[in-house]
Amino acid sequence: MEKTITARTGNEAMAEAMRQINPDVCAAYPITPATEIMQIFAGFVNDGKVKTNLITVESEHSAMSACIGSAAAGARTMTATSSQGLALMHEILFIASGIRLPIVMADVNRALSAPINIHCDHSDTMAERDSGWIQIFSENTQEAYDSMLQANRIAEHKDVQTPVMVTTDGFIISHGMERLEMYPDAEVQKFVGEYKAQYTVLDTDHPITVGSLVLTDYYLEYKKAQHEAMKTAKRVILEVGKEFGKTFGKEYGLIETYKTDDADFIIVVMGSTAGTTKAAIEELRQEGIKAGLLKIRVFRPFPAEEIAAVLSKAKAVAVLDRCESMSNQAGPVAVEVKSGLYDAGVKVPLASYIYGLGGREIYIEDLKNVYRELKNISEGKSKPEQAKYIGLKE
Amino acid sequence: MSSPKQAAAVENKLNGGHRACAGCGFPIAIKEVLSSCKDPIVVVSATGCLEVTTTIYPYSAWKVPFLHNAFENAGATCSGVEGAYQSLKKQGKITKNIKFVAFGGDGGTYDIGLQSLSGAMERGHDMLYVCNNNEAYMNTGVQRSSATPKGTSTTTSPAGKVINGKQQNPKDLTEIMVAHNIPYVAQTTVGMWPDATKKFEKAFSITGAKFVNIYAPCIPGWGYDNSQTIKISKLVADTCMFPIYEVENGKYKINYKPSTKLPITEFYKTQTRFKALLKDEAAIASIQAYYDAKWARLLLMEEATNKA
Repeated sequence: MEKTITARTGNEAMAEAMRQINPDVCAAYPITPATEIMQIFAGFVNDGKVKTNLITVESEHSAMSACIGSAAAGARTMTATSSQGLALMHEILFIASGIRLPIVMADVNRALSAPINIHCDHSDTMAERDSGWIQIFSENTQEAYDSMLQANRIAEHKDVQTPVMVTTDGFIISHGMERLEMYPDAEVQKFVGEYKAQYTVLDTDHPITVGSLVLTDYYLEYKKAQHEAMKTAKRVILEVGKEFGKTFGKEYGLIETYKTDDADFIIVVMGSTAGTTKAAIEELRQEGIKAGLLKIRVFRPFPAEEIAAVLSKAKAVAVLDRCESMSNQAGPVAVEVKSGLYDAGVKVPLASYIYGLGGREIYIEDLKNVYRELKNISEGKSKPEQAKYIGLKE
Repeated sequence: MSSPKQAAAVENKLNGGHRACAGCGFPIAIKEVLSSCKDPIVVVSATGCLEVTTTIYPYSAWKVPFLHNAFENAGATCSGVEGAYQSLKKQGKITKNIKFVAFGGDGGTYDIGLQSLSGAMERGHDMLYVCNNNEAYMNTGVQRSSATPKGTSTTTSPAGKVINGKQQNPKDLTEIMVAHNIPYVAQTTVGMWPDATKKFEKAFSITGAKFVNIYAPCIPGWGYDNSQTIKISKLVADTCMFPIYEVENGKYKINYKPSTKLPITEFYKTQTRFKALLKDEAAIASIQAYYDAKWARLLLMEEATNKA
């Protein structure tokens, strides 16, 4: 297969992926730093490069509402948003997953107000972690593009029927120009395939009622069905990731490990900071410190067993959260990792950190310091702290 | 236009056995809408009595496709359904002609859903939005809305010892829709079957965004005997509080001009929600003046927009 080597920002890559997927409908509303995705895509629409009906709604709430209408009508439906926009969709995200509509969304991770801030952190996406959406994080532009091409396959799978959001870190990925290997349109379209909804409100010969009032007698069963679909999603994500690898050359899983086989100290992190962590590991390995990385690619469904299996061999672990949950415990990723370790019976010293809120830079040196702290913990020189802030001004 | 007798001869697409109150206004509105559409139709609904009483899982009263999303987004949701239809039709994946209607109560339309409605109308989706207007939030237990008339006693604007009912006149949503410059805007009432069905038929024959505000009495919310729904919904037209008119491509037409314009008190007397207001003569005089001025303005609008 002939791949095209290009230079693209994350937003450009997302828009290109959407062009290649060529959905029936997009409904979206602009918000920094995700605006460009739909701006570029609108160009594709008006230049006739896609068949998509672009519905330029008057808010993100209406964007997700229109996506639900469109998906219930059996159309392949996509959108893009960020931060306050995702928060405005909050109510409707639960409805999209609750009525099992395979909508695909590009979300550009950005801090939530207040104070208002346009830069990267994961608080927007984390606030929707219980919304019933599959959540896939990206380390870089290539991963964002690749994951977007897999998202429809996962969402539309008959045993999953669950919406998917693919996220990129605001500005760091969304506006950072990177090398991107693009695949031919025809190959992408072959991989993504045609979408045929099982049921649609446009089938007027077979009328269905969608969005019923479900009371005490069936609500629990309804939720259990969703719960089972999320379990199945884990298998489907792996299957699609494997097939993607066979087709395009890079296989994707739920997590990615980097030099963890012999690692004494492991950092768990999501998104672009995984790349910075790899650089820190390289430097520390020169100093003889056995550092490793566990990158969580899929946060929902949460790969608890897979994470526990990797961390069970470490001497000390640090979980880095780009989000505050104000729980007085740790950030959401750390809490979930700990929960997974408990269930697996793994008792490993674990320190949790909060970093990068509102786009605060995180440097290789910061990450090296985390590894050094893990070393101290493993040697009994210090105790693991929880929700320790990195890079805080004194 | 059809008569109720003619409509009774065609298949009822909203099955009986739903749980709306006996004599409720909105099921009449639904029948008027569905019997006026010759093409296959898809119904979208806001949260409210309509959705709650007709779709209790695992049952559904609907013999046409029905989609409920949330309270405030029937306009946007319907625009998504219609958007998908346009896309699939253009691609040749659907060949038949389908009509789209969104229902919302006055809560879901005048208030919480106003932005969503405005967006859908502004974008010009080929859909009809019908507001089942019963002048308060009935599904949650009769709270005031911006459609509630001044002086009405509701659970959040009760007739108290110091403040007597709602203190504001209703928002004129129909005029807000007229200001969207959509091809068809109308007001009607469930009690005037021929007028209502004529308007819905017309709406379905026009391409683009259409809006109809239909007066749909609520028995427990208004406080009257359930045999009186039709009578009360006709009576309001005789007071000109809720004028029966339409605006087609900017031209106003008043479809019903009562030979004797009744004072608003004739309407108030039929419902317990106005019981306390009826004792306040000064308030009634000012409210009557408000509706008289609105009616006079409507007559002028009709005259002005029909000049050659």
